[in-house]
Amino acid sequence: MPRRSRARGTGNLFKDVEHLVRLAAVILVAVVGFVILRAAVVPRSFGQYGHYRGAAISEIAARPITFAGHETCVACHTDVVEQKKLGKHVVVACEACHGAQAKHADDPSSVQPKKLDTAIVCGRCHEANSAKPRGFPQVATADHSGGIACDTCHQPHHPKVETEGKK
Amino acid sequence: MEITRRRLLLLLPAAAVAWNYVLAGAPDAAPNYNLTEHWWGMLIDISKCIGCGSCVRACAEENEVPEGYYRTWIERYHVADWKIERPEVESPDGGKNGFPPHVDDGGKNFFVPKLCNHCADSPCTQVCPVGATFVTPDGVVLVDKNYCLGCRYCIQACPYGCRFLNPKTNTAEKCTLCYHRITKGLTTACCEVCPTAARQLADLKNPKDPIHEFLKTHTVQVLKPHMATGAKVFYNGMDGSVR
Repeated sequence: MPRRSRARGTGNLFKDVEHLVRLAAVILVAVVGFVILRAAVVPRSFGQYGHYRGAAISEIAARPITFAGHETCVACHTDVVEQKKLGKHVVVACEACHGAQAKHADDPSSVQPKKLDTAIVCGRCHEANSAKPRGFPQVATADHSGGIACDTCHQPHHPKVETEGKK
Repeated sequence: MEITRRRLLLLLPAAAVAWNYVLAGAPDAAPNYNLTEHWWGMLIDISKCIGCGSCVRACAEENEVPEGYYRTWIERYHVADWKIERPEVESPDGGKNGFPPHVDDGGKNFFVPKLCNHCADSPCTQVCPVGATFVTPDGVVLVDKNYCLGCRYCIQACPYGCRFLNPKTNTAEKCTLCYHRITKGLTTACCEVCPTAARQLADLKNPKDPIHEFLKTHTVQVLKPHMATGAKVFYNGMDGSVR
């Protein structure tokens, strides 16, 4: 073994330097591999705002809406808005009773809202319950009307009792 | 082209950079919306809630909440005379179909709508091991369903019971404060349909928002203030029995 004897003879600090080079190469490959793997796996927007994927915010915001919003209804149904101003229901948004209408707003002619059954819809708010705030108009429908449709007497958009319906 | 070792080594970083762009995701959905200009919360006036369940139904429809789970719900409180520490609370189907008519059985009766409090120092986001739930710069607590593992830590951590595991996706789910609506200038679905304006969306960073005047002039409380969660759902006229 001529190499060994030569190193021993000179007392060189960098004897067997080949081992260190190999070790350095292994570490370098591991570091480069980690960096490449990390770049591939961690989304680019991670850490944009904090310890989470920043792009998730805009993905959640991109969800389509189902309720069109009162201002959209008002844009076309001005006649109903005028009627509502006559009564207490002026503060109630259209979709509170008529349900989600974004599809109707997108395509008014082919998507038509369902006709409401006032015997069910009105009672959701106005059925008497001891937990409802005092002063809120409420009736026990069984005693009040015997379950007939409320719009027999009341106009839902301005719910005063109409004289011709009263008999 | 033959893949030599040299070419492979050149190709790998290039592929990594390309994949990075793929992972970056969809572009901004609401380009005119500035995250830093808002700080969202909600105002709930208990003295106005009639327990109609419109908010629960609207939330389920707007957000496709699975049957039997609720992102918002209504509780009916019954406090017998002085037993303020022992309220009787019921919430049949989360109040989705309203409440059975009650005869006045004495004591105090009222409705309390509940939802995620969008806490500024939220315990639920702190426990997530993968960064799948977070408070956005505009103060909304959201879940990244592509990152959520479904480990349920956050569900246990929420002191208000506002989270659940979606049985279809097996990821944690919660109220997003209708993030897809408020970033488009609309109000939340629950606030939209509330017939008595018992629920109102509030932007605490907007000095013109009426909430500031309301908070100044009313007796307002948050749920479980001793938890120091920085809750941003403010309750007006809330009884001390509410948990």
